[in-house]
Amino acid sequence: MGTPFTVTLERIWELLTRRIDSMLFGAALAIVGVGLVTLFSASDQSVPRETSQVMSLGFAIVLMWLFANIAPQTLARIAVPLYLVAVVLLVCVAAFGVVVNGSRRWLNLGIARFQPSEMMKIALPLMLAWYFQKFEGRIGLRDFAFAAMLIVVPVYLIKRQPDLGTSILIAASGFYVLYLAGLSWRIIIGLVAVAAAVGPVVWSHLHDYQRERILTFLDPTRDPLGAGYHSIQASIALGSGGVAGKGWLHGTQTHLDFLPEKHTDFIFAVFGEEFGLIGNVVLLALYLLLIGRAVIITAGASTLFARLVAGSITLMFFTYVFVNMAMVSGLLPVVGVPLPLVSYGGTALISLFVGLGVLMSVQSHRKLVAS
Amino acid sequence: MFGRLFGGMRDSGERRGEFDAPELRNPEREQARFRRRLVLAAVAMVAGFGGLFARFYYLQVIEHAHFETLAETNRIAIVPIAPNRGVITDRNGVVLAQSYSGYTLEITPSKVPDLEATIDAVAKIVDIEPRDRKRFRKLLEESKDFESIPIRTRLTDEEVARFAVNRYRFPGVEIKARLFRQYPFGALASHAIGYIGRINDRDVQRIAAWDETADYKGTDTIGKAGVELSYERELHGTTGVEEVEVDANGRPVRTLKRTPPIAGDDLRLSIDIGLQQVAEEAFGDRRGALVAIDPRNGDVLAFVSKPGYDPNLFVDGIDPVNWQELNDSPDKPLLDRPLRGAYPPGSTIKPYLALAALKSGKRTPQQTIFDPGYFQIPGQSHKFRDDKPGGHGVVDMYKAIVESCDTYFYMLGADTDIDDTARFLSQFGFGRKTGIDIEGELTGVLPSREWKRQRFSGKGYPSDARKWYLGDSVSAGIGQGYNAFTPIQLAHAIAMIADNGVGYTPHLVKSVRDTRTGEVTLIASQPSGRIDVSPQQLAFVQNALVGVAKEGTSAAVFKDAKYVSAGKTGTAQLFSLKGEKYSEHHVDERLRDHAWYEAYAPADHPVIAVAVLVENGGFGAAAAAPIARKVFDHYLLGESAPGPAPVSAPNSDDRSD
Repeated sequence: MGTPFTVTLERIWELLTRRIDSMLFGAALAIVGVGLVTLFSASDQSVPRETSQVMSLGFAIVLMWLFANIAPQTLARIAVPLYLVAVVLLVCVAAFGVVVNGSRRWLNLGIARFQPSEMMKIALPLMLAWYFQKFEGRIGLRDFAFAAMLIVVPVYLIKRQPDLGTSILIAASGFYVLYLAGLSWRIIIGLVAVAAAVGPVVWSHLHDYQRERILTFLDPTRDPLGAGYHSIQASIALGSGGVAGKGWLHGTQTHLDFLPEKHTDFIFAVFGEEFGLIGNVVLLALYLLLIGRAVIITAGASTLFARLVAGSITLMFFTYVFVNMAMVSGLLPVVGVPLPLVSYGGTALISLFVGLGVLMSVQSHRKLVAS
Repeated sequence: MFGRLFGGMRDSGERRGEFDAPELRNPEREQARFRRRLVLAAVAMVAGFGGLFARFYYLQVIEHAHFETLAETNRIAIVPIAPNRGVITDRNGVVLAQSYSGYTLEITPSKVPDLEATIDAVAKIVDIEPRDRKRFRKLLEESKDFESIPIRTRLTDEEVARFAVNRYRFPGVEIKARLFRQYPFGALASHAIGYIGRINDRDVQRIAAWDETADYKGTDTIGKAGVELSYERELHGTTGVEEVEVDANGRPVRTLKRTPPIAGDDLRLSIDIGLQQVAEEAFGDRRGALVAIDPRNGDVLAFVSKPGYDPNLFVDGIDPVNWQELNDSPDKPLLDRPLRGAYPPGSTIKPYLALAALKSGKRTPQQTIFDPGYFQIPGQSHKFRDDKPGGHGVVDMYKAIVESCDTYFYMLGADTDIDDTARFLSQFGFGRKTGIDIEGELTGVLPSREWKRQRFSGKGYPSDARKWYLGDSVSAGIGQGYNAFTPIQLAHAIAMIADNGVGYTPHLVKSVRDTRTGEVTLIASQPSGRIDVSPQQLAFVQNALVGVAKEGTSAAVFKDAKYVSAGKTGTAQLFSLKGEKYSEHHVDERLRDHAWYEAYAPADHPVIAVAVLVENGGFGAAAAAPIARKVFDHYLLGESAPGPAPVSAPNSDDRSD
């Protein structure tokens, strides 16, 4: 074919791209693009913030490539130690974690603060998938009960930090694995029934601020300047955006500081105010494209472990998008969930791209494993 | 279970049978179920996005108009801009009340959790006196929660700068630019000019009654007394509006639209502040009232109520100490004496009664009586005493006025029906409001049978009390008994005599200047009536009044005056003498007689008429007439004439007035 040089280049290119799923990557980049455009407006045209997000993106893409090149079996091997380390770290947090804003969520590592609950977000699905793969074909109720224990331990530790939002999301990620692994409908329905029954008991154990959030969610106007303020202002931002939006950099709710957390959790309100319903539909379509591709990858995965991990990642990705958008538009109470690939924040961006890398690994290692 | 996890699958076969194992055993079926569940999840995710879309559609299309309004309300604040209150000047353009802008430090109590702690902290940056705190507390009690209340007014530039640096530490505390009212002459003419104060609940109702609530949005003070009160609507102006874009903290970002305020009208008073000053100084420490009127048009040239008060104290809310002092003082500095002090007129009523007698024919100028020093109603033993023991001897009407002979007027009173007298005197405006252009005037009392019937109609009075007795008429003949006139009524009446029987409604405001167009509207003189007497009858009384100042009770005071004046002294008894001889020195100061003097000058073409009352001043000739002399000297000669020879405390010879 060509000169040795071009052959070398071609090999490097092949090495770089062969594990990359172009559709998944393309959709993700498009969403990140939307995010950067919105961030520029939400951060009042702050170039440093934009630069920092772009640098995080670069690092995230490198990690994505790395994970795309790690075979699912390798991931399965590190699942158990990863989970155990995460649990130990959560116990450490409870013992000598740093208290910030009344919550004990962080471990001080000297250079930086580290939140073990973030690690658990990946460790738990890996652990559960490993467990079900191990007993593939012979999974019984007792396995589900054991899996439930694997879920309950970290969820409990995170809940008492207290971080109700994260503990629910981690519980969800575990539940998705159980669901995909074939948890009987009777048990699912039974669990829902039990949840409904113990609701009042849980209520009595909630912290005041948690109850406040729930009450305010049910009626934001009961505290328009306090807890309901975020919800009301976000709805006003979205609603006043109309069909076409107020135009980039022209959102009044955004630029006059009526929106809280406007470059992080509430960035969608900025987007919806400035780009309107049309922008929202485009963004929903991009997410749907990404999630659709992830569903196809999941469906084609060759091992149970890969299927369960990919399925859990896919469903979690959807969950983050849904919970954030529903929260911003007033359908759910205000919980601290960023909008995937759009909200400002390096950690979230990195863990999302790692997830995408795992999906790509599942996709690209499929034939290899099958053969 | 842990055994199974770490020790392999020894017993897995056994367990498998317990649950729906048969399907699980088949990887094909398992995978099929996985697919089914994945498809279900996919459907759920699409449905979730569908739900989100529905929500967006609801917010952004169906409820768009509602949220757009909310966003605009969020964003745009309508800020009222208070208009500059009109300037009040005297007749020569000397400023008596003006507004200037200054800075106040204000606290919005609803935004501050601990007021005392906040004030203590602020006090470390800006001086806050105990009286500021007291005033703040008083205003706090009177105000609504959402208002901001000044803790300090008139900040210096340095204080403004110092606080601005620390502003972030004090949410709910801010510096505001306000317009302050200032009265450069302090207490001088205070009852005429009045004052402004913070709007209270009653004022709010008043504003609502004018339908001007919107126009007072940016205003927090309103006229409370005097011209400031009565000409509130002219002085206030029209509030401007600024539409500003504000951020979530309420800080203005930029101005979108601005309608400037229109300043209030400027008022030019008929008062001559120089004359006013001379008049007030002439009172010294004594209490009393003086009204000087231009008899040709009703211009009020001087309007004195002593003691006065400093209207500047009220401007930013009076502090409780000053307020209590003003309220509790036995000197009643807040009493508007010219309008609200109703005093027995004493002998000042005599010229009017003489005119009434001439008109009715009860007396001719030449008719004489003999005065033994007292008058008795036939068949009664009570003696109505003349001030001059032994009497004035043979007295005609001229001498009766000039020497102020009581016996002459006792007899006249006994000979005249009180209702006829009341009818005639009411032409001068006694017993009703003069209609001066500031509020609060009393009607005083011009007694008649009907008046007495109504006055004592209460169940607590015996029916005898409602009857009119001859003795009542006799007392009324020398201005005692039930008669009570206000100084403004007397000034108006003497001005009518000065202007040959023609009267004008007294007025303090001479012209109103529209500050926008510069157009000046003169307040037209309103004729208040004409006395129904012949010119000869009037001329006779006028001549007698000249006689008073030339050879009568006030002659000593007007000796060497470079003009001819006319006047009448009066002494209003407060202390019932019961036939005893009155000795000034033996009566408590507060129970001493009030001294009156009514006068006008120059006698042939009067340009000024005054009524002077000195409370507990004793004899009119001694206490009140010298004040009139100083006023005339200043007004007619442009000087503060050397004081006239002091009138000695009246001895028996000229006690009469």
